[in-house]
Amino acid sequence: MSAAATLPLSFTTNPSPARWVRFDPDRTLHLAVGKVEIGQGIVTALTQIAAEELDVPLERIRILSGDTDDAPDEGATTSSLSIEVGGASLRLIAAEVRARMIDRLAQRLNCAPGEITVQDGAFLRAEAPTGQDYWSLAAEVDLSRPADGAAPPKPRAAYRLVGTSVARRDLPAKLSGAAFIHDLVRPDLLHARTLRQPGRGAVLTALDEAAIRRAAKGELRILRLGNFVALLSAEESVAQRAAAAAPLHAHWEQVRVLAPEEAEAAWLVGRPSNDQIVGDAPADAAGTVIAARYSRPYVAHASIAPSCALAESRDGHLSVWSHTQGVYPLRAALGRVLGRSEDTISVHHAMGAGCYGHNGADDAALDAALIAQQIPDHCIRLQWRREEEFGFEPLGSAMSVTVRAVLDDAGRPIDWTQEVWSGSHVQRPAMGGNMLAHEALPVPAPDPRPRDPTEAAGGGGTRNGIPHYAILARRILHHLVPVTPVRTSALRGLGALPNVFAIECFIDELAARIGADPVAYRLSLLDGRPRAARVIARAAEMAGWAGCGPGGDGHGWGIGFAQYKNKSAYAAVVAEVEVDQEVRLRRVWCAADAGMVVNPDGAKNQIEGGILQAASYTIREQVRFDAKGVASVDWASYPILRFSEVPEIACELVDASSERSLGVGECAFGPTAAAIGNAVAHALGVRLRDMPFTRERIAGVLLAE
Amino acid sequence: MSIDLIVNGIARHLALDPEMPLLDALRNHLDLKGSRYGCGLEQCGSCMVLVDGEPVYACARELGTVAGKRVETVESLDSHPLRAAFLEEQAGQCGYCLNGIQISARALLDRTKHPTRAQIVDALDKHLCRCGTQWRIIRAVERAAAAMAAAPRVEGAAL
Repeated sequence: MSAAATLPLSFTTNPSPARWVRFDPDRTLHLAVGKVEIGQGIVTALTQIAAEELDVPLERIRILSGDTDDAPDEGATTSSLSIEVGGASLRLIAAEVRARMIDRLAQRLNCAPGEITVQDGAFLRAEAPTGQDYWSLAAEVDLSRPADGAAPPKPRAAYRLVGTSVARRDLPAKLSGAAFIHDLVRPDLLHARTLRQPGRGAVLTALDEAAIRRAAKGELRILRLGNFVALLSAEESVAQRAAAAAPLHAHWEQVRVLAPEEAEAAWLVGRPSNDQIVGDAPADAAGTVIAARYSRPYVAHASIAPSCALAESRDGHLSVWSHTQGVYPLRAALGRVLGRSEDTISVHHAMGAGCYGHNGADDAALDAALIAQQIPDHCIRLQWRREEEFGFEPLGSAMSVTVRAVLDDAGRPIDWTQEVWSGSHVQRPAMGGNMLAHEALPVPAPDPRPRDPTEAAGGGGTRNGIPHYAILARRILHHLVPVTPVRTSALRGLGALPNVFAIECFIDELAARIGADPVAYRLSLLDGRPRAARVIARAAEMAGWAGCGPGGDGHGWGIGFAQYKNKSAYAAVVAEVEVDQEVRLRRVWCAADAGMVVNPDGAKNQIEGGILQAASYTIREQVRFDAKGVASVDWASYPILRFSEVPEIACELVDASSERSLGVGECAFGPTAAAIGNAVAHALGVRLRDMPFTRERIAGVLLAE
Repeated sequence: MSIDLIVNGIARHLALDPEMPLLDALRNHLDLKGSRYGCGLEQCGSCMVLVDGEPVYACARELGTVAGKRVETVESLDSHPLRAAFLEEQAGQCGYCLNGIQISARALLDRTKHPTRAQIVDALDKHLCRCGTQWRIIRAVERAAAAMAAAPRVEGAAL
């Protein structure tokens, strides 16, 4: 196989090392990457990879992440691919830089390249200093010539930095003061808020600007473009007061009314849909047929910070600062909406709060850019309000999942059908979706064209819909419902959480039919899948799993497992719960296999966080609708897990350092939901198949008994 | 109109609207960006500051109500053991919630020399963390408490 066939995407898109690496006169290494920091610690891990391959001290590396002027185009930071694809690309680039530098020095010294080694950025020959380093040679070496991926990276046995828990580079600033996009200050700053169009097609027929100005109590500028309204002031509190008052003084027509039942996954079933079948043809097998239906409702990213963007138009050039997941896709989308060529737009990434997928970041960037085009020579700092964040962010789609299995005489599945009803899981501007303000402009956006990621990209509603187990025939019937009550898009794991929840709860139901232990039953279905079996066995061992016992006494144990996307990291999770009127999580154990791990503590941090966020989705979260639209508009109406509700967590990465790195950001999500589902079923003696496991749901199933 | 107050030990004279949220005054007029806007509703805790030693939501607190009072923000914690403890535990992911949490932790440690885990959880329960780093945060506060107990600081040295 040729090397080119296996080169990672970020490398093939950006083969020029000069796009990634520069040696600056102050003896620092300027590293530029396209993957961005969204709280996952990627900037630290990528710096480690570069430092390792180049043998340059970490503290000599300055990193720029996400910038259309100066950093490579790596698309969007999604799908747990930043180490798998971005890291693998950077490793090849760094290896090439090192090789070119060594080749140049070898020429000078008239020696073989193999005689030269690198220590702290300086070159040694036969262990002796040469007086040369990367910086002294930089002017003589052309880094712009494209690399071909042939320079061999270091052998893993030689790693000193990769595989160690280097402290996060972004944390000190975040703990002490300005660190986020919200904190940027630029000249001629105007604070901006919006009056949001209640929904696509709504028309603003009256706006009492005088009343809004009275409420603002300060100098206020009101900008209107069709049904897009911005409120601006040099004083933030004035803009904020205006924005709080504006909805009371605006009259909208053609507003779409939502009904509470539309917030349930069941509403999707039977709607007009685009259908596909993924997987095997039905097995020619007769046996007992068992089926069960599971669901998750619409859920919110619910970032802790409101979306924010800065934009300024000066001398015909538009500069935008955004916490977007992808600066290049955002620039392209802005160009299309604003009717500008991309070379008149720069997008710079600036850190926001954790986004967990496609939240309001891109929408806020368009808001700010629209205003900046109208008001040049100012920096427009646009920030969403809390109720705007909840009310207008794209939601994670509701999903209804029905599993049907044909069982053999021993009670093992031989044919598996996973029938999924879901809205789209990715409606980014580059994927058929619209940025919000585009729908409010005098020439509004065309209708969105919802589609899901391809199966090769991991699928959307189908993500993790094929069980990992050794089953003769497995398939997904996928019904993508293109018209949903609210805009939906990527939320951590896409369809993986509901699919893994359904699969792993159903596996427990199958085990219970024949009186098998859930762990032993799973292991019996994992012939030829040693990495899966290993994490399941290890998680059970960590938890002191000793068989489930009869259950039904309010105290329960459950296990869940998945390999994310069936090709990324493996995770098995055991949960211990107590249930009376509510679910209380006591302890959670997780064993994960992520191949060669760049930063073990960073990976564990991601897994721990994924466990707690998934737990919150499973037992607490649902976006509610009422006639006015989204009714979950603050933290009181959209409660999430609190400090007093978090379980103790033990997380372990099993050693798989000879394997390639696998992204960990989403691997624990589905297994956690499933482990809690199974633990609650064990505790109650009756199963909850619909998330979230609220007090009402628990009372409902107990009454039905 | 003007308001006099003490911010991080420095006397300030602010010619500002007394109805302005304290948070906006700190962030936009004193360039103290460590206190963060999260909800404006006293629900998430990202904006927490100390007013005369008590944790207060700065997002909904009017500037006029803190006239003559002592306000402390996270910028005053640069040499506090909490900072080192959060770094030691790598307690954070996106980090947006951490400054408000450090403030509530500081208030707890000022009052309670040897806090139990339950007391820490109770002191932090008004704060939301969406990334799921609560356990690391709890361990960081325990670590800071232990460090302070091992090396007690001179009374009043925090200012």
